[in-house]
Amino acid sequence: MREITLSQAVNEAIAEEMRRDPGVIVLGEDVAEAGTPFKILSGLVEEFGVDRIVDTPISEPGFTGIAVGAAMTGLRPIVDIMFGDFLFLVMDQLCNQAAKTHYMSGGKLNVPMVLRTNMGATRRSAAQHSQSLHALVAHIPGLKVALPSSAYEAKGLLKSAIRDNNPVVIIEDKLMYQDKAPVPEEPYLIPLGEAHVLREGRDITLVATSSMVQVANEAADRLSGDGISAEVIDPRSLVPLDEDTILRSVKKTSRAIVIDEGHQSYGVTAEIAARIAEKAFYHLDAPVQRMGAMDVPVPFSPALEDLTVPTAEKVVERARKAVRGALFHAA
Amino acid sequence: MVRESQAKNTDSYVQMYRQMVRIRSFEDNANQLYLSGKMPGLTHMYSGQEAVAVGICEALEKTDHITSTHRGHGHCVAKGAAFKEMFCELLGKAEGYCRGKGGSMHIADQENGNLGANAIVGGSAGIATGAALSAKRLGTDAVTVCFFGDGALGQGLLYETMNMAALWKLPVIYACENNLYGEYTHVSEMAAGDLMARARAFGIEAVEVDGQDVLAVNRLAQDLVARARRGKGPFFMLLNTYRFFGHHVGDINRGYYRTKEEEAGWKSERDPIANFGAWLVEQKLVTTDELDDMTDGIKAEAEAAVTYALDAPYPPADEVGAHVYAA
Repeated sequence: MREITLSQAVNEAIAEEMRRDPGVIVLGEDVAEAGTPFKILSGLVEEFGVDRIVDTPISEPGFTGIAVGAAMTGLRPIVDIMFGDFLFLVMDQLCNQAAKTHYMSGGKLNVPMVLRTNMGATRRSAAQHSQSLHALVAHIPGLKVALPSSAYEAKGLLKSAIRDNNPVVIIEDKLMYQDKAPVPEEPYLIPLGEAHVLREGRDITLVATSSMVQVANEAADRLSGDGISAEVIDPRSLVPLDEDTILRSVKKTSRAIVIDEGHQSYGVTAEIAARIAEKAFYHLDAPVQRMGAMDVPVPFSPALEDLTVPTAEKVVERARKAVRGALFHAA
Repeated sequence: MVRESQAKNTDSYVQMYRQMVRIRSFEDNANQLYLSGKMPGLTHMYSGQEAVAVGICEALEKTDHITSTHRGHGHCVAKGAAFKEMFCELLGKAEGYCRGKGGSMHIADQENGNLGANAIVGGSAGIATGAALSAKRLGTDAVTVCFFGDGALGQGLLYETMNMAALWKLPVIYACENNLYGEYTHVSEMAAGDLMARARAFGIEAVEVDGQDVLAVNRLAQDLVARARRGKGPFFMLLNTYRFFGHHVGDINRGYYRTKEEEAGWKSERDPIANFGAWLVEQKLVTTDELDDMTDGIKAEAEAAVTYALDAPYPPADEVGAHVYAA
């Protein structure tokens, strides 16, 4: 199978859906001729024109709000938020308007829009261009949230998101835009709410999101050298969450580590770990472990920044401890 | 021919009068529901501002859109909503426009083009502008009116969206209802400089009108809607008006922010319904008796709707989890 970058996969997904549905438009800063600072959307304006690939002023709440209204009245807008950190700017339009409109209207109004943005530290971009804020939006009923872990997921999830009749937030890891993965030439969809079991294992389950899937995979490789068999699960979407696949795995392996690049406190690792503890407690042989980003603003200095995110080495350490039955806390 | 157009005018005048009385009557009943402890929560009354909603909505087609505010009953009635479903919504009943899930501040009636009231001040500026973008992109000739109060002039979203509407020549009309108070504070303490200049800075044509004069509002709205339909938008209307009651129904003691004399002056001199009714009679287009009969009929209809809504069932418990996501 051919290999393409995550960036190309996003571009293909949007182009295919725009050819399929004339109601799909893109709104965002420098999305047209510039094709975004990451060059993800290059070429789209040439095919679809400036009426459908719309450059906006630097007004994130404004164009997100416009997308909400456009979605309510017949279009399927894709909003491009250049950095995930700017989610804080659009919270009212996303969480008070888009997320609640269907419910508040008793099911009469729909908001079929996609908000695409990114996450991920270690790009030396400092505290306002490095955050992974998916837990914020996953907390809000009415929003769906997907985190692609490769080019394959990026394309399939985005196409499903564009066809979904709800507001869907898709957050790509900005460090993975140039990462290649096998992606079929023929169109395909990945439904929201279906986890992917990347490798099967007996001894421990590693639930990982976005770029942490690579980290978990690398850890699983190293653990197999120690004779520890790790199962790696990528939920692919946080909302809806494929809880069954996670619980089934944990009941088999009896141990779990949840790895995610959002801040650890009150985050995605906490939610998934809590569900495992609530629903598979009697199957566990060790406390569920959480590995999120440190609870600090992302520092600029490379010497500090690299300390803030989970690494394969740390996952291996934690997994070995769990499997050999070491104490995680005082009895 | 002259006669025919005069008859048409009379019909449309009477319709405007009727719609204003419907709003007033709705609000009087809503207030009573609050005072008698029968309505959950609070509500914000539109009484006094009827000429704004009616003058504008009578210039719109059913397929045109509006977005509304926390003080939204007037816009909702003016755009064609029915009392029964509105009162059911106010009381949280299953037959409400939103199955009781929205309440007073979130009534949406999309069949009549009402994309919903909004409890975030200025929060619907994006939605209205987006609806106008849809109309332009899909090639319909629909116009969207974004209703908001003077309080929303403090919100950045409004300026962001007016900027884009002007850049993209969208068929949207920003209707600023200056009722002089954002909650409990006079507009002069909250909005610096010239209100009209805000829109003009974006190259948006801005027009000021007496919001207590339904004919003046309607004439202006007809003109702006027609031009917006031809792609000449966006526009900004500044409608000077007054809310007869407090910020919400529980805002009874208002002496610390406005005087009783000021309120009495607006009610006696500037009531849009009384003044328009007197003009209709003076012009011999209708008689006082005809207007009184109409008002009585509307009051009876409103009371019947209230009775119906009070007896109507609440949504079943299993609806609490429905409508979070669309299929």
